[in-house]
Amino acid sequence: MPSAADASLDPAKSFQGLILTLQEYWARQGCVMLQPYDMEVGAGTFHPATTLRSLGPKPWKAAYVQPSRRPKDGRYGENPNRLQHYYQFQVILKPSPANLQELYLDSLKAIGVDMALHDVRFVEDDWESPTLGAWGLGWECWCDGMEVSQFTYFQQVAGFECAPVSGELTYGLERLAIYVQGVDSIYDINFNGRDGAERVTYGDVFTQAEEEYSRYNFEYADTAILFQHFKDAEAECRSLLEIGASGEGRLMALPAYDQCIKASHAFNLLDARGVISVTERQSYILRVRELAKACGAAWLKTAGGGA
Amino acid sequence: MPDLLLELFSEEIPARMQRQAAEDLKRLVTNALVDRNLFYEGAQAFVTPRRLTLHVIGLPAAQPTSREERKGPRVGAPEAAIAGFLKSAGLARIEDASIEKDPKKGEFYVAMIEKPGRSTKEALADIIPTVVRAFPWPKSMHWGDYHPAERLVSLSGMEAGMDPGTISAKYTGKNTLRWVRPLRGILCTLATPHDVAEIVPFDIDGLGSGDVTWGHRFMAPAPITVRRYDDYAEALQKAKVVLDADRRQAIILNDAKSLAFAQGLELVEDEGLVEEVAGLIEWPVVLMGEFEPEFLDIPPEVIRATIRANQKCFVLKDADGKLANRFILVSNLVASDGGAAIAAGNGRVVRARLSDARHFWLTDLSPLPDYKDKAAKPLDQRLAKLEALGIIFHDKLGTQAERIERIESLTNELARKVGADVELAARAACLAKADLVTEMVGEFPELQGLMGRYYALAQGEEPSVADAIEEHYTPQGPNDRVPAAPISIAVALADKLDTLGSFWAIDEKPTGSKDPFALRRAALGVIRIVLENGLRLPLTGPLNAAIWGALLDIEFAREDQAGSVVQSLERRGFPKGPELEEVVGAFSRAARRSPAPDNARLRETTASLLIFFADRLKVYLRDKGARYDLIDAVFALPGQDDLLTIVWRVEALGRFLDTEDGKNLLMGYRRAANILRAEERKEGAGAFAGPHEPAKLVLPAEKDLADVLAAAGAAARERVGREDFEGAMRALATLRAPVDAFFLDVTVNADDSALRLNRLRLLGELRDATHAVADFSRVAG
Repeated sequence: MPSAADASLDPAKSFQGLILTLQEYWARQGCVMLQPYDMEVGAGTFHPATTLRSLGPKPWKAAYVQPSRRPKDGRYGENPNRLQHYYQFQVILKPSPANLQELYLDSLKAIGVDMALHDVRFVEDDWESPTLGAWGLGWECWCDGMEVSQFTYFQQVAGFECAPVSGELTYGLERLAIYVQGVDSIYDINFNGRDGAERVTYGDVFTQAEEEYSRYNFEYADTAILFQHFKDAEAECRSLLEIGASGEGRLMALPAYDQCIKASHAFNLLDARGVISVTERQSYILRVRELAKACGAAWLKTAGGGA
Repeated sequence: MPDLLLELFSEEIPARMQRQAAEDLKRLVTNALVDRNLFYEGAQAFVTPRRLTLHVIGLPAAQPTSREERKGPRVGAPEAAIAGFLKSAGLARIEDASIEKDPKKGEFYVAMIEKPGRSTKEALADIIPTVVRAFPWPKSMHWGDYHPAERLVSLSGMEAGMDPGTISAKYTGKNTLRWVRPLRGILCTLATPHDVAEIVPFDIDGLGSGDVTWGHRFMAPAPITVRRYDDYAEALQKAKVVLDADRRQAIILNDAKSLAFAQGLELVEDEGLVEEVAGLIEWPVVLMGEFEPEFLDIPPEVIRATIRANQKCFVLKDADGKLANRFILVSNLVASDGGAAIAAGNGRVVRARLSDARHFWLTDLSPLPDYKDKAAKPLDQRLAKLEALGIIFHDKLGTQAERIERIESLTNELARKVGADVELAARAACLAKADLVTEMVGEFPELQGLMGRYYALAQGEEPSVADAIEEHYTPQGPNDRVPAAPISIAVALADKLDTLGSFWAIDEKPTGSKDPFALRRAALGVIRIVLENGLRLPLTGPLNAAIWGALLDIEFAREDQAGSVVQSLERRGFPKGPELEEVVGAFSRAARRSPAPDNARLRETTASLLIFFADRLKVYLRDKGARYDLIDAVFALPGQDDLLTIVWRVEALGRFLDTEDGKNLLMGYRRAANILRAEERKEGAGAFAGPHEPAKLVLPAEKDLADVLAAAGAAARERVGREDFEGAMRALATLRAPVDAFFLDVTVNADDSALRLNRLRLLGELRDATHAVADFSRVAG
């Protein structure tokens, strides 16, 4: 009989166990185990440990959980499969090792997926982030028909060709947990692996947040303030980059990139509020992309970027 | 006679690229072999998600020896000339050359230079890396240690202090190769039956060729060493890999059908899906999954689209032809539990997807909160949302909402002409695109129209309106069904004519193989709707209206003209606010509804679009095996814009030209036209216009022709007027005998200039009379 404490850490029984197992697995592969970036981002890719570190010649291996916000995906806590805030587990390996697929499959085994019982497939999925000026080729990874990860070989980031090429793995943690725990709704995921009165579900933790943020994202976020945030972030980003270019010892690629992330999130909120028309949408995406490109160019002039 | 076995082993190749890749590999390698005079007996290519394989049999062991004869200096030429010849021909002594005689030059030296061919193995070691490096993948990538060539150069510059050897060593083996996904292994062998089998040695960016492959990723991952195709195929079969894509497809189809049959169900076949699924697996294992019968309340097309697009699974029908709550999935694994976990897992995903679909379905049937005040019914609220969002149809052609208005006003014009209820047709046109902003069509664009029909019926629209919403997209291609109900016809025509008129208005016409807006398909759609419904529909009017509507919207879209009108009215003291914008909006709508003015740009655009229709009509008739070569002859006549009568006339003309009378009259016509053209060249076009003078007809054959011509010309014109094209042809047929007699007995270019002029005028009248039916000068052959 396994103890309750074991279940708290069991990747097939608890959400936290799933995260901890993946962390341990990738730590053993030599990854720097980072913590989430402390800003609102739409995906783990936005973390500078992926976006910026995938540029330039320096090798890099990291993994981290990234809380991700997609305001438009909010469903007031009513849809069992969609959230406006969720977790990604992100792995970035540069250069991509020759056995990356095997490493990925072994990570699935580590969280309890039995390859003799389950059908794992690599299904074409070309990845593109218009706001980051980034694209890559790879797959959706399917487990018995469920998409549990994305697997991408970065070809371009911030408008720059990636050389060497980074391999990026993104695990959708809630999807994966639904799958390994065998439940039908994200809200039914067992978070702490305990039973009875001690059991805490994903819903216990996040239902209220989903309801409140859906309200905020769709109905009450102040659009005038958000438009101003967007402009401010854009201006600050440009200004930091200009100072950086003005002389030795003034580079601020990372703070500038933070402002790019802020502009991107303000745009996502405005988009959810429905105040950006289709034509404007393109131009906002373009403005964020220009910031991302400028930040990428600035990063390549720093030590981290291999200069 | 050695055989080549080549396997390019990679990470998973996208299913949609596999078949073409196998063909490309075979084509590129065999072409390169033939270019090097290496002729083979047969070649076959195979593809799975992880490997591209080529088997070429019956190759020669080496390229044939090439012989070249080289002429040298004459016998007894100076020492230096002889030495030069020996050197260039590669001979040691002049005795090795033969001596030939020539009556002019006398005796001279000739050397036979023999170049032994390279071995096939060596040639392949060149060919394969070249083919791999230049492989035409639709999309390819770098991976791992990729270093662009430019960076090597710039780094060597930066590291100028280092010695070149160190730099080169530092970057040796760095990957510059592109492949569809990382290329992991190359098996390349040349094997002679009952004799040696050897590796063809080469290296691509550090990846060396060898004699090793691997089996199924999960069921047989161990390396397999193999040098001959027969052993290779057998080893893969044992290692749970079905090499041949067609065989994988056949297994899937067969197993799926029998699994369905065992449950009293029938597989809903889907060729495209079988092809795709066979590209996702190396070892097909067909399983059945299940979902709750409650989901069957969702329209069956939605269930099928959901299961197909998201899960790549097949749906099943019961004995009554209704969708069953089961589905077929194809896995890549012989699972230790017989597939129970896989089927259950897929079932869970299908259920989640279906509950999404049901959510979309129910949401779309419900009122839209923000637009409740703007319209009463759900689909009308979606239309209001579509307008409010200002979704762009095309950056030069304004918004979807403007496009819908154009289609509505065109429908109005067309409804009367095709016998449709004008109000219902207008209603259908107004709602036709409203489903574009529904959740369901957002998720499954291929369900556009169909969902509109469901939602229209749900809100109590007339069935004919609901049908038209679905059918206005048809026909989608040469084999798709054509709408037959008048309202559907009106909206389908309006939609297509608006598309054609709009893109013609901004000069975006199809060129060569490029037709990004599917304008050829739209024109073919119009042609099929008109002809297959037997519609009399002169196109000039609707085309003018379509182009004019688009031109107006282009004007208003350009730099927001409407906005600037509002501003200038405001400056003149008109009260600001929505009323003013409404007035200007009403103005632009009124302009669109007003009849198209007569201007040169409109005329030219319409004429160019009509020519496009004539070309498309040719293609249509050719595909139906009808006389398409006569289109030009009919279309060259003025005012030809009625597709149905054009086809009638073409058919009648075709039948006439098949008769003896028709053939002879065509010859007579050509003779007349040639003479006229030659004489007009001398004296100017129109020199022989005007009626002949009966008094100046002197020969009986002349008089005879004039008489018959008067009667036949009038009869032909009159019958064309009644659209009795067969009758008009019969009238022309009476001309054959007098025309033949005329050319036999009468000298057109008589010395008497008055007689000559009169005869040429008579021929002019003959030409005109035939032109009542067709421009015979445009008849080919």
